[in-house]
Amino acid sequence: MVPSVTTGPIATAPSTEAVLPEVAAVHWRRRADERSLRSRKRLWTLTTAAHTVPFLVTAGALVAVEPLTAPVSAILVAKAWIIPALYARRGANVVRQRRRGEEAAQRRALGLLGDLVGHDARDLVARTGVVLEPGRLGTWLVGEAGALLIRPGGRTVMCWCVRVPDPDLPAADRIAHLLLALRTDEEGFATVANLAFSGAPWRLRRKLDPAMRPALGAAVQAARGS
Amino acid sequence: MARLVRMDHTGHTTLAEWTASDQEAIDAAAAGFRAELDKGYFGVVSGGPGQAEMVRELPRDAELVIMRRPIAGG
Repeated sequence: MVPSVTTGPIATAPSTEAVLPEVAAVHWRRRADERSLRSRKRLWTLTTAAHTVPFLVTAGALVAVEPLTAPVSAILVAKAWIIPALYARRGANVVRQRRRGEEAAQRRALGLLGDLVGHDARDLVARTGVVLEPGRLGTWLVGEAGALLIRPGGRTVMCWCVRVPDPDLPAADRIAHLLLALRTDEEGFATVANLAFSGAPWRLRRKLDPAMRPALGAAVQAARGS
Repeated sequence: MARLVRMDHTGHTTLAEWTASDQEAIDAAAAGFRAELDKGYFGVVSGGPGQAEMVRELPRDAELVIMRRPIAGG
């Protein structure tokens, strides 16, 4: 969606927008806020429980009725473990590093991204490929094709799939696109993005690229202090 | 020196540069800015962590104006 363009004389004070124009493309969604995020987290937890508890109950019942079915019970318990792990992998994939693009373009894009973030964040993005950005809803880790939101307290991480649909952009430019959109309208950013996972940081950490794990640790620490 | 840059496949491209006292350069930058809006880009001025503003006219006082593409849920 393209904003209306003012073609009049140049303004000394800019005409600004506080709401992401991209939100209009998902007009049927309720705008994200603190309450809606809590609600989505609860719903996600309930859904995960609905996927796993039946396996655990069945496993327990089988062993109680007939101990010889223990191997079958073990398979059921394994399924109860694997299902949340698969969701966590899906969540980790939103910040997985993809094609970096041409090296020279990536260097130029990194220079611009470096201008947008502070010294610590610049170091972190060089080491891990994600930018740490504090927000009102929690602490964000912004990657190339999504972002992790570590909620205040650091006990929940929400993985959001969101991207700039231009495959030719270098990786650092894709991060810069998401970072600027996030800074413009944090709630709008969370409205446009699709939730890929919600759960405990430890569960996500196991599925992250090892190079990215320190960034999650730093974000959890920041979220605990917020 | 203020800059108008567009994020693109080269990393970024500087479209215009201007100073507050150079009206000709400002006019050229404003024309470049409007042309990018017409192509579907959004203009953003970042104000540091947690702060950025989308602009629909070239802010002549900004040091850096960035043109970005729309984002979408993945």
